[in-house]
Amino acid sequence: MHLQRADNHTWRKAKSGLASTAAFVSALLVIAPLGLVFFHLVANGASSVNWDFFTKLPTPVGVVGGGMVNAIAGSLELLALAAAIGIPVGVLGGVYLAEYGSARVNSMLRFIADVLNGVPSITWGVVVYGLVVLRFKGFSAYAGGLALGLIMIPLIIRTTEEVILLVPNGYREAALALGVSRWKTIVHVVMKTASKGIITGILLALARVGGETAPLLFTAFGNRFWNHNLSEPIAALPLQIFTYAISPYDDWHRQAWAGALVLVTGIFCVNVVVRILTRGRTASVV
Amino acid sequence: MVNLVMATPERTVIERAERATEPISTSTSESAVPLTFQVKNLSVWYGEKRAIDDVTLDIASNAVTAIIGPSGCGKSTFLRCLNRMHELVPKTRVEGTVLLQGEDLYSSTVDPAIVRRRVGMVFQKSNPFPTMSIGENVIIGLRLNGVRNQKFLNERLEKSLRMAALWDEVKDDQQRLCIARALAVEPEVLLMDEPCSALDPIATAKIEELIHELKAEYTIVTVTHNMQQAGRVSDYTAFFYLGRLIEFGPTTKIFTNPSQRQTEDYITGRFG
Amino acid sequence: MEIATPPAVATVEPHSARRAMAPPSRFGDKAFEWLTLAMAMAVVVLVILLGWELWRGSSLAIKKFGFHFLTTSTWDPVADQFGALPFIYGTVVSSLIALLIAVPLSIATAAYLTELAPLWIRQPLVSLIEMLAAIPSVILGLWGIFVMIPWLRDYPFPLLKRLFGWTPFFTGPIYGTSMLAGGIIIAIMILPIITSVSREILRSVPNLQREAAYALGATRWEVTRIAVLSYAKKGLFGAVILGLGRALGETMAVTMVIGNTPQIAASLFKPGYTLASVIANEFTEATTDMYLQALFEIGLVLLGTTILANLLAQLLLQTMSTTSTTRAVQ
Repeated sequence: MHLQRADNHTWRKAKSGLASTAAFVSALLVIAPLGLVFFHLVANGASSVNWDFFTKLPTPVGVVGGGMVNAIAGSLELLALAAAIGIPVGVLGGVYLAEYGSARVNSMLRFIADVLNGVPSITWGVVVYGLVVLRFKGFSAYAGGLALGLIMIPLIIRTTEEVILLVPNGYREAALALGVSRWKTIVHVVMKTASKGIITGILLALARVGGETAPLLFTAFGNRFWNHNLSEPIAALPLQIFTYAISPYDDWHRQAWAGALVLVTGIFCVNVVVRILTRGRTASVV
Repeated sequence: MVNLVMATPERTVIERAERATEPISTSTSESAVPLTFQVKNLSVWYGEKRAIDDVTLDIASNAVTAIIGPSGCGKSTFLRCLNRMHELVPKTRVEGTVLLQGEDLYSSTVDPAIVRRRVGMVFQKSNPFPTMSIGENVIIGLRLNGVRNQKFLNERLEKSLRMAALWDEVKDDQQRLCIARALAVEPEVLLMDEPCSALDPIATAKIEELIHELKAEYTIVTVTHNMQQAGRVSDYTAFFYLGRLIEFGPTTKIFTNPSQRQTEDYITGRFG
Repeated sequence: MEIATPPAVATVEPHSARRAMAPPSRFGDKAFEWLTLAMAMAVVVLVILLGWELWRGSSLAIKKFGFHFLTTSTWDPVADQFGALPFIYGTVVSSLIALLIAVPLSIATAAYLTELAPLWIRQPLVSLIEMLAAIPSVILGLWGIFVMIPWLRDYPFPLLKRLFGWTPFFTGPIYGTSMLAGGIIIAIMILPIITSVSREILRSVPNLQREAAYALGATRWEVTRIAVLSYAKKGLFGAVILGLGRALGETMAVTMVIGNTPQIAASLFKPGYTLASVIANEFTEATTDMYLQALFEIGLVLLGTTILANLLAQLLLQTMSTTSTTRAVQ
């Protein structure tokens, strides 16, 4: 056994140090893109994030200025539509997996949810295109919201299930021992106890789909103007960033950087809120 | 009220021939004691495992009955059969009957929720709901069971806190809060599953005092592994071993002159 | 054994609370259980919906092209001739490049995070990796176009050409947008997921493993290599396959840097095209029914391959406790 030879101890020590250094460098390389992206976002985008950006519509090609107010509003509308689909289905589905059902069926459903979480987001766009856009003959905010909502479902199911399983059984027993029905126990005691965790899962899912572009390309489609009707195409921040980024115009590139900075700031804010919500999660109950 | 000295139903359970060295003594009570529970030939299985084996036992009203025995002897399971809480464990099977005031708890027409409203429970680990205030905790049973009248809720809140001796003091005693919560729905019986095992001596003394006071209005069944406590608070004691009821009788008798060898060994600390 | 006496009538006091409470409703319990079951079944419905919609949308193309769709290279919308081979090739090659870059870095980082790093640095590093995972693909693509591509074009690519120009992989003119750039950007996208899943796997290695190796006098690295990494091999392979699944389906960032040219070329400096990219770029331009059908079929191929990768990954990861990995997976 080479482990027990003492004569090459120094060499082994050195090798260990070398490996540790290599691992450290790897870790630096992994997080380097984060720093670089953030740096360039601020460097290229900060100067274009101004009052106009948040209040003006995009300008036609060649006209300098303008903003992305319609895309910001559009993203929020799409998220609201997605939430209306993803939250109830995801949360209640997660409750089922945690509280009811046989172990066999549940592990099956869990497995399917995990596989769904790995389905490329663009395929959801294609499916919703076939399901809604072709059928109702047009791109629409509804179609975009549906695509995002469907992506949210398996995400929220899994996080909800996980936090509900963390609720100590003592609380269920305490409520049931008062003669409270099972479903009221689940809704008013178990879900209430796990509410922070459930909200965390919802926020993370919203942050995730809020940055999605691919499923919106041929559902929400994008719109240079205000959307006045949810059955019409609607702008979204990621879509607008994409359109501007691949355009040949410098002014649009600046707008794309500004939009990206705003989007990333929004997503990071949600992540910070989540961190605050989950801080002391181990200390308190859930 | 039960006169402890006069009315002492003495029970011993059928001993299996291979275990019993002395003849089986069935006993009768000398006087008519009001009974809350009559348990007849109760057996419980968790899957294939038999947790309770043919237990027959009567529980007197307005008295404290303590259930003692080493861990795994089935005392908690027995307690949970009295308000059908054991049903929460999947693959549980029950045989025999449990009568509450003469009504069969396990009849198909009986809703377990109704049973649990009549038979309240306090758990080993105090479990007040962390998302609710003290007041909300106390009245949550009533609210979730459909009581809307705020005035009535306030009355019950005060009464329950007073009964749990929490009204006039700092309400930081979690286990007594749980007792108040159980009392708010006005049960007839209070089951206590090792209510003091996680408490310090001062808190334990308060709970014991409370048990003594609550006896006036409630029938109390408490599981404990603490022999001194059983001796202090209970009127009757049942000794369980390996899922069987070994001996049951007035606490004074069980602790001073047990008729079974195993009971004596356990009480004197020779095993368990 | 006899029962002593019939129960005496209990003192009947007015049970006002009991009367005030509503009778329990079994309907509520049943309804809620069925409602939540219906919602949980949504995942099954979604799987069927995915498969069925894509199948339905591509049935004509499947009938017309058959297996040739996967093995031919003509992509000619004008002539209504469609073969997906260049996209399959581009997807496979860019994903392999991504794995080649991401796997060693991720696993080394995971080992660093669980075994080698000083304790105080671990949590901040994990948070940073989670933040990297939160960056939307389109933003990484934007950064790729304007920062990464010019830099690759000016420094690393010429160097690679000088060093390895004698191989067929690094020949020809350097434009920047290329298969290699696509692979690199995908690598950045999948670094966080492989790292965090690997980290969960290494964390689940029992301490006994480590202690046994330390007891033999092993150094920290030897413990990591012998006791931890080799013990966790299967799980780490699962993490890699999970990363592959994500790489195959990665869309926006890669679309923005890979060059979007349907060709099969040995040189990684040449532009390429992926399954996901062609859908993203051409879907709204699909003027004929057959064109749209072909794109739906590409979606079907994409779905099939990613589901296969995910199934394999989940099976490999299932040996581990499920809950610890789910957080990492998401």
